[in-house]
Amino acid sequence: MEQKRARLLWQCRRGMLELDAMLQPFMEKVYDDLPGQQQQAFAELLSNPDQVLLEILMGRTIPENKDVANVARRVREAAGP
Amino acid sequence: MSLARRKFDVLAIGAGGGGLRSALQLSREEANVAVVSKVFPTRSHTVAAQGGINAALANVLPDNWHWHMYDTVKGSDYLGDQDAIEYMCRAASHLVYELEHYGVPFSRLDNGKIYQRPFGGQSQNFGGDQAARTCAAADRTGHAMLHSLYQQNIRAKTHFFDEYFAVDLIKDQDGFILGALVVEIESGEPLLIEAKTTLLATGGAGQLFRTNTNARINTGDGLGMALRAGIPLQDMEFFQFHPTGIAGKGMLITEGARGEGGYLLNKDGERFMERYAPHAKDLASRDVVSRAIATEVREGRGCGPEGDYVLLKLDHLGQEVLNKRLPGISDTIQTFLHIDPAKEPVPVFPTAHYTMGGIPTNRHGRVVVPVEQGEEEIPGLYAAGECACVSVHGANRLGGNSLLDIVVFGRAAGNDIIDYLKKNRYHRQLDNSSVEQAMARLTRWDQKGDGERVADLRYELQATMEKYCGVFRTKEVLQEGVEKVLQLEKRMADVRLHDHSRVFNTARIEAMELENLMDIALATVVSALAREESRGAHSRIDFPQRDDVHWLKHSLFFKEGRRLEYKPVTLKPLSVESFPPKERVY
Repeated sequence: MEQKRARLLWQCRRGMLELDAMLQPFMEKVYDDLPGQQQQAFAELLSNPDQVLLEILMGRTIPENKDVANVARRVREAAGP
Repeated sequence: MSLARRKFDVLAIGAGGGGLRSALQLSREEANVAVVSKVFPTRSHTVAAQGGINAALANVLPDNWHWHMYDTVKGSDYLGDQDAIEYMCRAASHLVYELEHYGVPFSRLDNGKIYQRPFGGQSQNFGGDQAARTCAAADRTGHAMLHSLYQQNIRAKTHFFDEYFAVDLIKDQDGFILGALVVEIESGEPLLIEAKTTLLATGGAGQLFRTNTNARINTGDGLGMALRAGIPLQDMEFFQFHPTGIAGKGMLITEGARGEGGYLLNKDGERFMERYAPHAKDLASRDVVSRAIATEVREGRGCGPEGDYVLLKLDHLGQEVLNKRLPGISDTIQTFLHIDPAKEPVPVFPTAHYTMGGIPTNRHGRVVVPVEQGEEEIPGLYAAGECACVSVHGANRLGGNSLLDIVVFGRAAGNDIIDYLKKNRYHRQLDNSSVEQAMARLTRWDQKGDGERVADLRYELQATMEKYCGVFRTKEVLQEGVEKVLQLEKRMADVRLHDHSRVFNTARIEAMELENLMDIALATVVSALAREESRGAHSRIDFPQRDDVHWLKHSLFFKEGRRLEYKPVTLKPLSVESFPPKERVY
């Protein structure tokens, strides 16, 4: 479990600051409290290429998978000051 | 303990555009190439380059590689090496067509040719009318290039070591570079990669500064490795800043926001740019606006509880204009600040963007160091892209030239390596003392006990660099900066990790990244203190003029003894007349 989390944390290191600034705090603050299904959806979200991920997290593209769309919305909401 | 080993003809460290373009050249020539990347290759920072790539295709307006060369020399504030600049501008068109053939979906004109957009600093006929030179794949050129180059490498059977972190270069007594010690992030296990040639393509070091536009992976790892191997860093005082990043976070707010009528305010609600640039006001050049913001903050007129930013007012533009003309910006501001720019002003501060300095190379990508008469090549070592200093960007980089730089010099390095491999057909004997030294860097982080935290020290370093080596530079400020960085460097010895597990121990990677940043910070602030003039991105309040008599030269910072040397700028191009330094007017 710990290893899976550590692996995901490294997957949150991306090629764009905007993605780092949304994904890394989400992992630290929110991820652990998510139900298993949403944790799985978060891992799936991370499998997108950077540009696609940016479009999703900025709310300009909605993923077809509802769980992924939900977790993306939560990532976006958790970003901020 | 026995150390796992692999042998390759070439080891490329970094899988952004520079590393991948070089690897592709080599794999196609049947060289046995390993690419090591700390993140999955298509997550390299090249992915973030949106602007495009310059080439004088003349698809929209008349153009010529020679005009492109002139603009690049002028943009560099005459610190760029004119042989390398000529080489780059001449190669540009060919390499853009080549990218097209690799699958980069460039935006098109109605006649089917590649669309080109105008960008700052581009001119026709040596300083005349605006040129349109930047080829783009919508707003995702870097992304498209990176994915195409990665796919081409897979096809060419390049060997990828994804999620491996390079610890240090291995060298022998004769000065040959023999590969690198790397560590697999997943298992934490070290691996020695022996290579006849090694290419550093690790990108820039934007993480030196608290407010920066760079991905968090941009910790200048190759620059740190070069310094530790005894190689100097060139022109590190030249760091490109954008005037308006989101304060404390760094995301870029395009100049378009001020172009559309946005303006800056200090804590008194004063439109302070009127004092610094009475005519251009908020549309003054980047460096003027950046310095004005930093000055307001320094003199106590910054906003917020810490007084460490100014405000960008956009609300008077109205929701409709913001939605229509600046949609991306509104999204970014709302996401990261949770404020609506149509209702509230936006906290901004200058944000670090691009590392002009780096590992000194010639136009073949070979790393070169000074010797008594001229310079000599480090056998077996190459560098390309933002981590290298060829130098085509000199004191300031033009938009659209960084994606060009990585493909031109990635390919050039690949070609030169092919020649090198023909003459150096066998692996040299490994130098065990160098391997032990690299291993010691890794095992140092096994030390247990209480100590300082990596994250705290990194934050202090970034804040120190921002305050003492950002856009507001004077002798006093920089001297204080050198002392502060030296104090922080001393504290590195007291840093301890709390997590000593092996598997995905990202804390250990972050600690080694911090070591790299620490070395680069010192190189930057020491070089900035020494350069007593203002040129390009390096602007000294106490020496406001460019001084070609004393300072038309490249700085070289050596880690050992923290000493500086200088070398002349190459003013002689390959085949055309030199562009002599003159005052820059835009």
